[in-house]
Amino acid sequence: MELDSLYQEVILDHYKNPHHKGLPTGAIQVHHVNPSCGDEITLSLAVSNGIITDLVWDGVGCSISQASSSIMSDLVVGKSVDQAFSILDEFSALMASKGAMVGNEDVLEDAIALAGVSKFPARVKCALLGWMAFKDAAIQADISWRREQ
Amino acid sequence: MKSVLDVAAIKADFPIFEQSMRGGKRLVFLDSGATSQKPRSVIEAESNFYYTSNAAVHRGSYLLAERASEAFDGARSDVAEFLGVDSEEIIFTKSATESLNILAYAFGNPRSARCVGPGDEIVLSELEHHANLIPWQELAKRTGAVLKWFSVQEDGSLDLSNISSVITEKCKIVAITHQSNVLGSIPNIAPIISATHAVGALFVLDACQSVPHMPVAPRELGIDFLAFSGHKALGPTGVGVLWGKSDLLDGMQPMLFGGSMIDSVTMTDATWADAPKRFEAGVPNMAQAVGLAAGLKYLQSVGLEKIHEWELQLTKRALDGLREIADVKILGPQSLEQRGGVISFVIDGLHPHDVGQVMDQFGVAVRTGHHCAWPLIRKLGVSGTTRASFYLYNDMSDVDVLLESVTAARDYFRKR
Ligand SMILES: Cc1ncc(COP(=O)(O)O)c(C=O)c1O
Repeated sequence: MELDSLYQEVILDHYKNPHHKGLPTGAIQVHHVNPSCGDEITLSLAVSNGIITDLVWDGVGCSISQASSSIMSDLVVGKSVDQAFSILDEFSALMASKGAMVGNEDVLEDAIALAGVSKFPARVKCALLGWMAFKDAAIQADISWRREQ
Repeated sequence: MKSVLDVAAIKADFPIFEQSMRGGKRLVFLDSGATSQKPRSVIEAESNFYYTSNAAVHRGSYLLAERASEAFDGARSDVAEFLGVDSEEIIFTKSATESLNILAYAFGNPRSARCVGPGDEIVLSELEHHANLIPWQELAKRTGAVLKWFSVQEDGSLDLSNISSVITEKCKIVAITHQSNVLGSIPNIAPIISATHAVGALFVLDACQSVPHMPVAPRELGIDFLAFSGHKALGPTGVGVLWGKSDLLDGMQPMLFGGSMIDSVTMTDATWADAPKRFEAGVPNMAQAVGLAAGLKYLQSVGLEKIHEWELQLTKRALDGLREIADVKILGPQSLEQRGGVISFVIDGLHPHDVGQVMDQFGVAVRTGHHCAWPLIRKLGVSGTTRASFYLYNDMSDVDVLLESVTAARDYFRKR
């Protein structure tokens, strides 16, 4: 069924057991919503010396938004902000590909399982919700760390 | 049992059903609460206007302009006849949203005969669509007026036990939906209308979900204003209606200014034409108004009583079927009392978006999310719902596919 390309096993695993999900308590916190469906995410992270050292998120949303946030967290924690942003660019390109790209597993790891989402334009926003929250928070955290130095 | 409607004949009038959906499935369109499909007569009325009559109304001195004016004025009298009101009381807007905003602007303008001020009260309900909520919130912010509202109860009805403390002498406007677009419940508006008038306030009815589906007579209801959208009533997009009592409309300041809405203009000043023109600045949505009139004619030819009755039969089968699917919870009214053909439900542990995605594989079109009624969704304590809404072109087999697809959605995520 066409559905199985959307709801891959990896996605449902992350959905059932999301990583880095908890109570966001960091100083840098962002709250993003998807106004068309009401999905929400709160995300906090810490940046130290250009490296993302910690990330916690909480939210309500569909399997795609929840799994994507979980996968994103795994990918960016421990990376430099620059590295994380280039992963984000690659993921955004995959989401915009309307099913034409499969994604580079070396860079995107579990996130290539989300490639099928790009065939369902209404769901792309779900997949990007956590990533956009991350981008917003990382920019703020990076600025804040630099200011403190 | 003989069916109230000849749905097969009706469906054949709607070309959209001739195509197939994903995987070759037929279209099971259960999202008429968002927008209705269009019969051929509407599509043709709109395009015929462009083929034969297109010119700016009420302007040119040539034959085409006469035809356009005749068609547009004719559409206005058709809408008036449909509602049982006078033509001059029908204002063509672009949508119900615009209709409601026109009212909220007028009541915030000190040059209107009726205007709200600091400490005045505006009364709504928790059932409201954002279109009948935010314009009033903004009016309250601009004027210092206070928002109050009736609470919704578990069964989708409004709690009127505190009606005398909600509607007081300070109340100037009461704006309430005729039918919830989320739950399908029809609030008991009669006592609210009486209470509104007892304190000299005005009653605005958001009839988006009622006018297309059941007989609605503003004069009999005793209301002051009514808004609905053409596109939910078989009409084209880009046209809505605002009905108001003539004497009230003529005391109201317009929201948009420009051509066609004036009485006289100098370099420094202008005066307004009477309603409806006063509220229709610019070249209007002529072809859409003509299309809407054709849509309303179609509804009349089928009969609104019958449409309502048929939708309730579909609703009954759907409610009975959904109740049998374990883990499905129907929100709002559980019976056929005081409701229309809209059902919201959730599946335990599943997000509505995921449910809708599986249903799509069956060709089923439903709406998922907060349905532009976020405060109501919060009150219901869910993150969103899946909503099925019925119309005259749905049949019992559509309900069966609905039930089959809901079961499949539940199982799809359970199994894995
Ligand atoms: C109850 C209700 N009010 C207002 C509206 C707004 O209608 P429109 O978006 O056509 O202006 C809708 C449409 O969803 C509705 O269901």
